[in-house]
Amino acid sequence: MYNEATVVGSVVEGLRKQFPHVVCVDDGSTDGSQERARAAGAVVVQHPINLGQGAALQTGIEFALQDPELDCVVTFDADGQHRVDDAKAMVDRVLAGEADIILGSRFLDDRTKLSPAKRLVLKTAAVQSRLATGLDLTDAHNGLRAFNPYVASNIHLTQNRMAHASELVNQLAKLKPKYAEHPVEIIYTDYSKAKGQSLLNSVNIVAELFFK
Amino acid sequence: MLIIVQLVLVVAVMVVSLALMRGGSNARHLAVRRMLLMIFAVVAALSVFFPEALTRVAQFLGIGRGTDLVLYGAVVSLFVFMATTYQRFRHAENALTKLSRRIAIDEAPKPNEFV
Repeated sequence: MYNEATVVGSVVEGLRKQFPHVVCVDDGSTDGSQERARAAGAVVVQHPINLGQGAALQTGIEFALQDPELDCVVTFDADGQHRVDDAKAMVDRVLAGEADIILGSRFLDDRTKLSPAKRLVLKTAAVQSRLATGLDLTDAHNGLRAFNPYVASNIHLTQNRMAHASELVNQLAKLKPKYAEHPVEIIYTDYSKAKGQSLLNSVNIVAELFFK
Repeated sequence: MLIIVQLVLVVAVMVVSLALMRGGSNARHLAVRRMLLMIFAVVAALSVFFPEALTRVAQFLGIGRGTDLVLYGAVVSLFVFMATTYQRFRHAENALTKLSRRIAIDEAPKPNEFV
C-alpha cells in the first residue's frame, strides 16, 4: 500500500468479510493510510522508507511465514482493483489441493475492460514470459495470486519495483509448482488508472530484468 | 579484406564489453578488470609520448589513427564503468531493502498476537 488513504479502508473491510487475517504492508505512505488500514482491522507492517511494490510483497510474505498455521497467502492490491470474490475462489482451489499456486488472469473471461494498447502490451508480456520461462500463462503480470506456504517460502523477490511480477514468474518456472490460472476481474477506476503504472514502464521492467 | 578485419574488431569489442559488463562481482573478476584498466591507462599515457607506435598498431588493424584506437578503448571502458556502477547500486539497494524489511517486521505485531 502506498498512499491509498481514500480507498484502503473499504478494501480492508471487504477483505475482512472473507479473510480473518489481513496484512497491509505500508510502503512509506505519507497520507495516513496506515491509520485507515488499522481502523478497518488490518495488521500494518510499515516500511521505514518507500521501496516499491515488489519489496512490499516480499515483506508481506516473510511476515505471513512467521505464522505456523499459515495455509494460504493472497497478494491483493490496496487500490480497489481486485475483487474479493475472485480471491476467495482462488484460495478455495489452493486449500482443496488443486494447485500450489493459483494465478489470476484478466484474459480468461470478458469481465475486464482494457484499452487496446494495454491489452497488446500485456499479451506481448505473456508471450515473452512463455518464451523465456516455459510457463504458459495468459496473464504474466497479474497482481492477484493465491499460494501455499511451500511456494511462499521459495519466493525471494529482489526486484523492488514493478519488475517483481516477472521475477516471480521466473522463480516459479524454476520451482515448478503445481499451478493453474483463474479468471479475475480488474476494476479500472479513474482513481486507480491515475495511480497505476504507465505502459512505458514496460521499458523499465525489461531493462531491470536484463541487468538484474 | 579491410571490412573483414573491421567486422572482427567490432565483434571483439562487443564481446569484450559484454564479458566485462556481465562479469561477476567476485574478487577475481574485479582484479582482472582493475588490471585491464591499469594497462589501458598506461597505454593511453604512452601514446602521448609515442604517438607513432599506436598509429602503427591501428593501421595494422585497419583503423585510421592511434587516437581512434584509444577512443574505442575509452568507449568500452565507459560501458564497463556503467555496468559495474549499476551492479554496486543493486548490491546497495538489496542491503537497504533487507535492513528496512527487518525493521518493518520487527516493529509489527507477530501473527499469533492478532488472531
